[in-house]
Amino acid sequence: MIDFKLPSLGADMDEGTLLEWRVKPGDRLERGQVVAVVDTAKAAVEVECWQAGEVFELLIQPGAKVPVGTPIAILLEAGETPETVRRTPRPAPAVAEPAPVAAVVERAVPAASRPRVSPAARKRAAELGLDAAALSGSGPHGVVTLEDVESVARLVAPAERGPTERGPTDRQAAMRQAIAAAMSRSKREIPHYYLSETIALGRAMIWLQERNAQSTPEQRLLPGVLLLKAVALALREYPQLNGFWRDGAFQPAAGSHLGVAIALRQGGLVAPALHDVADKPLAQLMSELGDLVQRARSGSLRSSELSDASLTVTQLGDQGVDSVFGVIYPPQVALVGFGRIAERAWVADGLLCAMPTVVASLAADHRVSDGHYGARFLTELGRLLQAPSSL
Amino acid sequence: MDRQQLRRLVLEELRHVAPEVEPDTLRGDRPLRDEVDLDSMDWLRFIGALHRRLGVNIPEADYQRLDSLDALVAYLAQRQGA
Repeated sequence: MIDFKLPSLGADMDEGTLLEWRVKPGDRLERGQVVAVVDTAKAAVEVECWQAGEVFELLIQPGAKVPVGTPIAILLEAGETPETVRRTPRPAPAVAEPAPVAAVVERAVPAASRPRVSPAARKRAAELGLDAAALSGSGPHGVVTLEDVESVARLVAPAERGPTERGPTDRQAAMRQAIAAAMSRSKREIPHYYLSETIALGRAMIWLQERNAQSTPEQRLLPGVLLLKAVALALREYPQLNGFWRDGAFQPAAGSHLGVAIALRQGGLVAPALHDVADKPLAQLMSELGDLVQRARSGSLRSSELSDASLTVTQLGDQGVDSVFGVIYPPQVALVGFGRIAERAWVADGLLCAMPTVVASLAADHRVSDGHYGARFLTELGRLLQAPSSL
Repeated sequence: MDRQQLRRLVLEELRHVAPEVEPDTLRGDRPLRDEVDLDSMDWLRFIGALHRRLGVNIPEADYQRLDSLDALVAYLAQRQGA
């Protein structure tokens, strides 16, 4: 018997509202199957289940808001039947009693990442419909005070605080609050260091133009895909930039799941994961990236995409500015930024020429790596981009 | 397809990529990618949709000529006629 818990929805989301179940008792589950849709400030998230089994019981109903880590369904493992399970005594579902839910909350979110909240602040936040734990605290040791709650309440207009149904404005306010919480935590906890390097893309752009000239629009590659692949390959050599800071220690990531910062048309951004970037051919990455951008903008992402990214890449695109220095998305430990690809004056073989270049930047966590290490990573990134056909 | 029809089709596909676009306020002679906030992925989706609808494959080399809605419609009319 398996308690299926609401999985992590990324560092800035610690609860979700169930919109609908996609399965019913008796259904067989494949690994990775979408079992439910949960609403958060950033998107309606398709919740995947990574265990195979049979749905035995659904523990919450649409409309229920539960913290990450709460059991929401019970699954039968291979060989179990409803009869064997019924005969086995088991604790009542956590949502049925208040106490176990509180215990679940404590387990789900490490104490270090959850600002403490003064009782007065907690009470006032509840009255206002705000999540006090998501606010940044100005009190001793980052404790969220009554004044912190009041100051946020002044920023959020009363009309934007509807408790259940989210209008567009309400979602925008909630997203802004979520971004504020994650970025404030990042700047409070992560000792960032920053490096940048201008990388020549002459070979890469010629290779890309030749390839795209023979392609239909659907088959064309964007330069950004080359940059993502090169980052993923460089991370293999520099694993201290790829992973998570949890419970006071660095945990390297096994895969190369890159968070891709996507600006939303109505404002705000999300950085869902593109999975296994280092192992996929460019054409596949391009189509998966297109799909990810479209789903991010239509507000339909999967739970694994919100929690798996081990390093985020932000690209300001071809209409953007020269360079970007990012804020690390906790619990990640580094962020790579790319400015606009543009022709710039460049010296090659002692001669001045016009060269397409990009300014690549690295923001990294000094608790895990040092500037020397980060500089070698950027050098490796530049080296990989000189051989575009092997990306 | 005449220019009016082409223009309607172009605006329709543009709205799929950028739903907030209001065709009435869009100035046809201004740089399209300033009038409508399109990043390179949006632009590629838009070009891909025109390819599917009209069978016109716009090469990257021609992108710079398509700097406004009017220029794009004229380009498509010419390519269709060709």
